Amino acid sequence: MTAKLIQTNNKPFKKVKLDPITLDVIENAMFSARWEMDAVLFRTAMSPGIREQGDEFPMIANLEGKMVVGQFGSFIHGFKEAFEGTIEEGDMFLTSDPYSCNGAVSHNNDWLLLRPFFKDGRLISYAAMFGHMTDVGGKVPGSLPTDATEIFEEGIRIPPTKIYKKDVLQEDILELILHNCRLPQWNRSDFNAIVASIRTAEKRVIEAAERFGDNVYYSALEELLDRNKKAMAKLIKTTVPTQKQYFEDYICDDGLEMGPYKIKCAMWRKGDKVIFDFEGTDPQSTSSINFFLNEEMFKMFCGVYMIMVFDPAIMFNDGFYDLMEVRIPDGSILKPKYPAALSCRTHALGRIFDVLGGLLGQGAPDFLCAAGFSDSPHLMYSGYDKHGEWYQLYMIGFGGVPGKPMGDGPDGHSLWPSFTNVPNEFLESYFPLVIEEYYTVPDSGGAGFHRGGNALATTYKFLEPGNVSIHDDRWLTYPWGVNGGHPGARSTKTLVRKNGDTEILPSKCDRLQVHEGDTLYHVTWGGGGWGDPFTRPAERVAFDVEAGLLTRDGAKGNYGVIVKPDYTVSKAATTKLRAKMSKARGKTKLFDKGFENIAELKKRCKEETGLDAPSDPVFQTWVKAAS
Amino acid sequence: MSYRLGVDVGGTFTDLLLVNEKTGALHTAKVPSTPDDSSRGVFNGINKVCEKASIEPSEITSVMHGTTVATNTILTGTGAKVGLITTKGYRQVLQIARSFVPGGLGGWVIYNKSDPLAPLALTIEADERMSSKGEIISNLKVGQLTKDIKELSKKVIEAITVSLINSFVNDKHEKEIRAQIRKKKLLPNVPVSLSSEVVPEMQEYERTITTVANSYVRPRVAEYVKNLQNGLKKMRKDIKLQILRSDGGLASAKASSDSPVNLLMSGPAGGVSGAIWIAKQAGYENLLTFDMGGTSTDVSLVKDGVAEQSRETSVGDVTVRASSVDVRTVGAGGGSIAHVPELTGALRVGPQSAGAEPGPAAYNKGGTEPTVTDANVVLGYMPSGVELGGDSDWKIRKDLAQDSVKPVAKALGLSVNKAAEGIIDIVNETMYGALRLVSVEKGYDPREFALIGFGGAGPLHANALGKLVNSWPVIIPPGPGVLCAYGDVTTNIQDESSMSFIRKFKDTNKQEVVKIFTDLEKKASKTLDAEGSPKKNRTTSFQVDIRYHGQGLTITVDFELSDLKKKGLSAIGDKFDVQHEQLFTFSLDAEKELVNLRAVVKDKALSIKAPSVGRGSKEPTKKSIIDDNAEVFMEGKKQIAKIYRRSLLKQGNVVQGPAIVTEMDSTTLILSGHNGKVDKFGNILINPDA
Repeated sequence: MTAKLIQTNNKPFKKVKLDPITLDVIENAMFSARWEMDAVLFRTAMSPGIREQGDEFPMIANLEGKMVVGQFGSFIHGFKEAFEGTIEEGDMFLTSDPYSCNGAVSHNNDWLLLRPFFKDGRLISYAAMFGHMTDVGGKVPGSLPTDATEIFEEGIRIPPTKIYKKDVLQEDILELILHNCRLPQWNRSDFNAIVASIRTAEKRVIEAAERFGDNVYYSALEELLDRNKKAMAKLIKTTVPTQKQYFEDYICDDGLEMGPYKIKCAMWRKGDKVIFDFEGTDPQSTSSINFFLNEEMFKMFCGVYMIMVFDPAIMFNDGFYDLMEVRIPDGSILKPKYPAALSCRTHALGRIFDVLGGLLGQGAPDFLCAAGFSDSPHLMYSGYDKHGEWYQLYMIGFGGVPGKPMGDGPDGHSLWPSFTNVPNEFLESYFPLVIEEYYTVPDSGGAGFHRGGNALATTYKFLEPGNVSIHDDRWLTYPWGVNGGHPGARSTKTLVRKNGDTEILPSKCDRLQVHEGDTLYHVTWGGGGWGDPFTRPAERVAFDVEAGLLTRDGAKGNYGVIVKPDYTVSKAATTKLRAKMSKARGKTKLFDKGFENIAELKKRCKEETGLDAPSDPVFQTWVKAAS
Repeated sequence: MSYRLGVDVGGTFTDLLLVNEKTGALHTAKVPSTPDDSSRGVFNGINKVCEKASIEPSEITSVMHGTTVATNTILTGTGAKVGLITTKGYRQVLQIARSFVPGGLGGWVIYNKSDPLAPLALTIEADERMSSKGEIISNLKVGQLTKDIKELSKKVIEAITVSLINSFVNDKHEKEIRAQIRKKKLLPNVPVSLSSEVVPEMQEYERTITTVANSYVRPRVAEYVKNLQNGLKKMRKDIKLQILRSDGGLASAKASSDSPVNLLMSGPAGGVSGAIWIAKQAGYENLLTFDMGGTSTDVSLVKDGVAEQSRETSVGDVTVRASSVDVRTVGAGGGSIAHVPELTGALRVGPQSAGAEPGPAAYNKGGTEPTVTDANVVLGYMPSGVELGGDSDWKIRKDLAQDSVKPVAKALGLSVNKAAEGIIDIVNETMYGALRLVSVEKGYDPREFALIGFGGAGPLHANALGKLVNSWPVIIPPGPGVLCAYGDVTTNIQDESSMSFIRKFKDTNKQEVVKIFTDLEKKASKTLDAEGSPKKNRTTSFQVDIRYHGQGLTITVDFELSDLKKKGLSAIGDKFDVQHEQLFTFSLDAEKELVNLRAVVKDKALSIKAPSVGRGSKEPTKKSIIDDNAEVFMEGKKQIAKIYRRSLLKQGNVVQGPAIVTEMDSTTLILSGHNGKVDKFGNILINPDA
């Protein structure tokens, strides 16, 4: 089934020849419009996830729905395939159901608004924006239940719906949706903010078409896509070998005490084309860690990553999609079958980036980045305060950015674009908690010539009884190091009750009852290290020790650097120690994953983490267990 | 006689403007800047301008000055060694910052973060805790802190900053720490600053970085101001030195040295103030200002003669909470280099810049890469053979400019002329983006504004920008350098005081808010009292930062205190709804929340009139034409333009484009299909041909 386009003017656009300057000027204009979409949204949204943290993704596409500017790639193709209805002037679509838009959004919390732009009765462009809503109903506050087994437990599902028809808001529908959310006021405001941002894009697109002429605008978008395709074709040829490369990584557990789950991918080049094949990836989970991965979105991830690593001057868009083929097995954790639960897809989404990095870097180790903070650990805390008022916190944490060819990974920073932390003074003013500590953990970043960023430790003291949810990962496997760099430290979560009783918490949990005076020690993970740590300038190691970002023992044990009490380097002792340690280690490894195999890792799990090792995943009988 | 003097120190020239306070008579002078110690250039200039006016330096009673010392200290990383005391558990507040990584998806791959302005090695923790409501959770442990400060004092520290969690609601512990440091002489001769005094607002990172940045630039600024003041005092004992603040107001020398974080935008603010002043004389109060220099361009929006303000100031990586004229800077200017990346084959201009050294290829100082200036030279917009900086041995070379553009032209498959035109188009598009940020993105229609172009390269590009944003007329004031000095002289002393007061409307009342505003006004007035400004000359404006409860960012709303007294909080709330609607196309029926309250007290500005140029006929005199057959490349073809000498243009002259108007430190380009009319004050007002 496909959507039917209705135009009052069916005259096709004419491809005209453009001079390169006009093309660059239009490209600039499109970029300005895309940034303006962000600006409008940030200022007016209410969910802290969107507003403070930047969990939102704008896009402007050509009339076929190919993304010309944006960051997560276009999902319009998938949407059009799945939508049975008309696309008309004055329409604005709203959807949140991954299964009805081919994974354009990947859980119910992401509300996607999409609008076709018409000029003189003809479709000329699209723009879309999606943002993460703090709550969309369902079985737990925040709508991200770890133990959900079906998507029906994860809040209201909105199929592709014309929320505006002929530019009239369908209020009944909106009210029905909002009625199913715990914080309707926030959703309403966020919805308005997304609409305002898309309307801004529309104004800019129409202005550009008026300024340059419709045919020029149309042709310029085609050219921009083509320009990107040509650049990517060269990049693929020079960086992707024809020989198959493999990489695999893991999601530690599913929140139901099973794990780890494997994501495996092969990559090779065939002529101009690069092929990614996820054959060997584990089947879908019975819990909500499944990630409905849209193939087109994966292409975009991949393109963006290649551009950033190899040539950041390239402007990216959908133009190169024909140069990539993505194969994802049906029924796998990356393409689960309806109605599998999807809400906690953040772990797999993040891990995809580590897999990509590992795959692409093998062919060009100088460009290889370490594994890192490829996730967004969530913390949710909700309940009634002493005055009987409902409070509900949802926030995303940060950690160690990986070591990379260009330099160290920042400590306690975000891997996601435009995300920021929520100021602690803000949290303390609006929620019943005190944040007693906020620091990055010394030695938690993987050692390397370029150090991985340190993990972030936050100590929350709760002032009211409530419910806590935690979603994190990398508590069992490590963020790996590369080119001789060490893995980063794992994540930990510990709850100390008011009476002093200590509970080591699993990485993923819901409905954790907390009481006034309980303290949560929330520690994320460090970034992997890049390059041989014995070659890192000793003065820089000593600098980090004085700064409190490394310990003296860490400097000695991981870098072979002896730091004197006055924080200067003991030169002779360091040279000697480094020589000895370097010899004992031998050649550096391309990847250091921190374990030999899963069995070995599980064996030492309890001793190292205080938690029982997860049991091997049991897959539903109908899915063929992967080899 | 008493005179006041405006001084603007630019990268190349130092401009001075002397005003007779009685008669309003004006004298200007221009001397080369002396970057190693800019006060030398200032005193050279003072001698020159006094000579021109035939007065004694001792007749100058006050000096007003815009400076980039604070900005440069941050950009070059040459500030003080700042120590920092945080709440226990928060030592890494500057290291973690806001966890933000710039650059979009995958941006982390190429992002290297710089070390904090206060090094972690110089940061210690105080064991204490205040709640978000201002109640003490745990008392300050003085013993341990004293020990730690003693340990810290063994390292070289030039300033110490105290920034504790929730100190914006209760500053008790910050004050206690300062008292302890002083009482026990823990850090002799080291200035102590408290975040609760510098910027008593919520958000621990922003409050800390602002306070630290203030301490970081203070010694350099204080030294500069002191040297300048000592030199001036030799001329006249009771001479008054005032420095232009980022928000466009003036501050006393002492206030500037104490709070230099307020000076980070002092330079650009001078240009904006000057633009406001000169445009007002020409009859325009709604302006887009366009100040294009060698490496960057500053734009801002002026509504009803008042520049839009921003609550944040950014310099390089550092963003602080300090009011400033809302100047958006783009990293593109005359020195920006054009290149064609191999993979995409697209034409890019900047962000690399040839700077002053080696400079554009046409300057023949060793530069070979094609810059925006070179493109202007190739196209004939900057006539070759023109002397640079008044040096007869140093002239613009068109052949070198053409050579530099050739490789770009080849990569694009275009002629050198067309490639050069492309470079100009691209850089103009970047500027256009910046102008839209301050206008359309804030709900203003640029067609209701005039565009004023200044700075070294502004007059060359202003006409094209006017075309892009549809802002007419395009105003090119005379003497773009001295414009900043005009700005310095024609602004007023001002100070502001603010505090966080986060309350939903229902949790506070009119009386409480009015009381706070009255106190803030008193506090802000202290600076003006100290400067001896008469009370009757003052005006106060009141502002709130406000949002719908639950929103993150705030909108600043100006209102009259009398309105608040009369109508209560709805006087503020209603204005907010209107502004929200203007900015974002919708308003909400949601609870409103006050966030920050602020009072800004201003002295009356000196009213001076711009000198007039004398009347002429519609046709400029023959004498004013340097070349009536100059070849330019415009709109894809060769055209013949006239070149005029600006100093000989008179009121009423109409310069028909394509034309070039030259003066000592700038060149104005009038495009074909446009004409420039000279007004009484020598401004060129460019409009499209009727």
